[in-house]
Amino acid sequence: MGRFDADGVRLGQHEGRGRYPASPATVGEHKTMSRAPVPFRPRLSPRAAYLMQKVLAPNPVNRALGAAVERWPLARRLFTAGERQAKERLFGCRMCAQCALPVTGYSCPMGCPKELRNGPCGGVGPGGACEVYPELRCVWVAGYERAASEGHAGDLRRLQRPVDHRKFGDSSWLNYWAGRDENLWTADDLLARKGRPPL
Amino acid sequence: MSALSDRLAAGKFTVTAELSPVRGASAAAMTDRAAALRGWVDAVNLTDNQGSHVRMSSWAAALAAKAAGLEPIMQMTCRDRNRIALQSDLLGAASAGIENFLFMSGDHPASGDHPGAKPVFDLDSTQLTWTAATMRDEGRLLSGAGLKPPPERIFLGAVENPFAPPLEFRAERAGKKIAAGARFIQTQYVFDTGVFAGWLRRLGDLGLLEACHVLAGVGVIRSARMLEFLSSGRVPGVVVPEPVRKRLGAVPADQTGAEGARVAAEIIAELRELPGVAGVHLLTAGYEKQTPALLEMAGVSRAD
Repeated sequence: MGRFDADGVRLGQHEGRGRYPASPATVGEHKTMSRAPVPFRPRLSPRAAYLMQKVLAPNPVNRALGAAVERWPLARRLFTAGERQAKERLFGCRMCAQCALPVTGYSCPMGCPKELRNGPCGGVGPGGACEVYPELRCVWVAGYERAASEGHAGDLRRLQRPVDHRKFGDSSWLNYWAGRDENLWTADDLLARKGRPPL
Repeated sequence: MSALSDRLAAGKFTVTAELSPVRGASAAAMTDRAAALRGWVDAVNLTDNQGSHVRMSSWAAALAAKAAGLEPIMQMTCRDRNRIALQSDLLGAASAGIENFLFMSGDHPASGDHPGAKPVFDLDSTQLTWTAATMRDEGRLLSGAGLKPPPERIFLGAVENPFAPPLEFRAERAGKKIAAGARFIQTQYVFDTGVFAGWLRRLGDLGLLEACHVLAGVGVIRSARMLEFLSSGRVPGVVVPEPVRKRLGAVPADQTGAEGARVAAEIIAELRELPGVAGVHLLTAGYEKQTPALLEMAGVSRAD
C-alpha cells in the first residue's frame, strides 16, 4: 500500500490505553505503509463529493471508458493507480474496491479501526472521538453529519453486505461502471419493510 | 424458541445480567458465580473476552451457566473470528443447546491485554446478525451452502449505545440490526434516563418496538474508584452524567457503593415505568452476590 498520510497522524501520539504503543521506528514519523485502518478526515466538501458522484455515474460514456480500459492490462493498471492517488488524498482510500463512499457521506468506513460498514460502534466518545484514536473524529460521526448536510442521511439506513477480501487493490470505479458492485447494499427503506432482504 | 424469547413474548418484565467468564480453565468457578443469580434473573449474558481481555470462551461459559440452571445468552463479537469461524461456532453452540445469542462489534484489541493482536472485524455486528438469521430461516450459510439441520431455535439479539454520537442515528442503527434479524436489544449503561427515553421514542416512531424487545442496561457504581474510572472516559462508550457524579461524590467514600446501589435501584424503577422497556440488563459482573438485594430495592420480585 502506498503512502498513508492520515491527516498528519503520527503513530507516536497513540500511546497509552486504547492506542497502539509507540515504537522507536515510528515515533515522530508519519505513518507510512499503513496496514491498520486509521480514521481519515475527507478533504472534499460534501457538496463537491456529491457533485463528483454525478460525474462518476455509470452513464454510457463512463461505461464505454471502463470497458476500453479493462481491455488493456497496462491501461487498467494506470487507471487503477490514478484512482488510488486521487482517492487516497481525498478520502484516505485503502482500495477495498467495494466503494461505500456514495452512501456514507463520503467519509470512508474502511478508515474505521474496526472497518465497520454499517454505522459507528458503541465506543464513540461524547465529542465524537474514535474509540481507538481519541484524537481523531469517528468516520461515522463525520459521515452522518456530511450526509445529513446534503439531505442524504437516509443513505446510512442501507444494510451493507460483507466485503469480499479478494478484491482489495482493484479499481472500484471499474467495478462500478461494469455493474459488478450492484449488491453492495440494500435499499434505504428497509426499516419500514417487514421482511429481511436476502444476504 | 428459547425460554428468554417466550418470557419476552409474554410481556413479562425481564431481568438479564452480565456474567463474565473466568480467567482460568475451571467450569466449577463459573457455576459458582452463576449460582448466586439463580432464581433472580431470567437469563445471563456470557461475555466474549470483554474489553479484549482473554477469558474462558463464551460458549464454554454458557454451557457452565446452563449446567447451573441458568438460561444462557452467548455473546459473540466480530473482533476475533472471521466469517468462517463465527458461523462454525454458532453451529457448535446451537448443537450444544445454547439458544440465545448476542452479537456486537466488540472492543478493539488495543484496549485489552493483547494490544498487538490482529483485529479481525471480517463481518460487522449487523452483518453477523443478518448471517445468523439467514442460517436459521433459510437454512444456509453465507456461501449459500445448505445446513442440515439449520439452527432452528436460535434467538438473536444485538446491542446499542443510545448515548454515543451521532445521537440522531442511534435508533436507526438499532433499526438496521432489527432489520437484519435482532429481536432483542441490550443497551449500554443507562444513567441519563432522559436521553434514553428520547432514543426509545425514536425507536417507537420508526415502528421498531413491535419488532424488538429492549432491555435497558443498568450498572452499579460500587466505589469511589469505580466512579473515577467510569468518569475518566477510559471505558469505551460509557458516560456518567454530572448529577450522578455529584450525588456520589457528596457521600463519604466508604458509602459510595451503597449510594451507587440506590442510584441503580432508582434507575431500574424509573425504566420499568417507560413504555417500550421490556426489562433491564444488569451490567454488574462481579456483583452477583449483591444482585438479589439490588433487585429487591428496585421493587423487582424474584423471577418465577
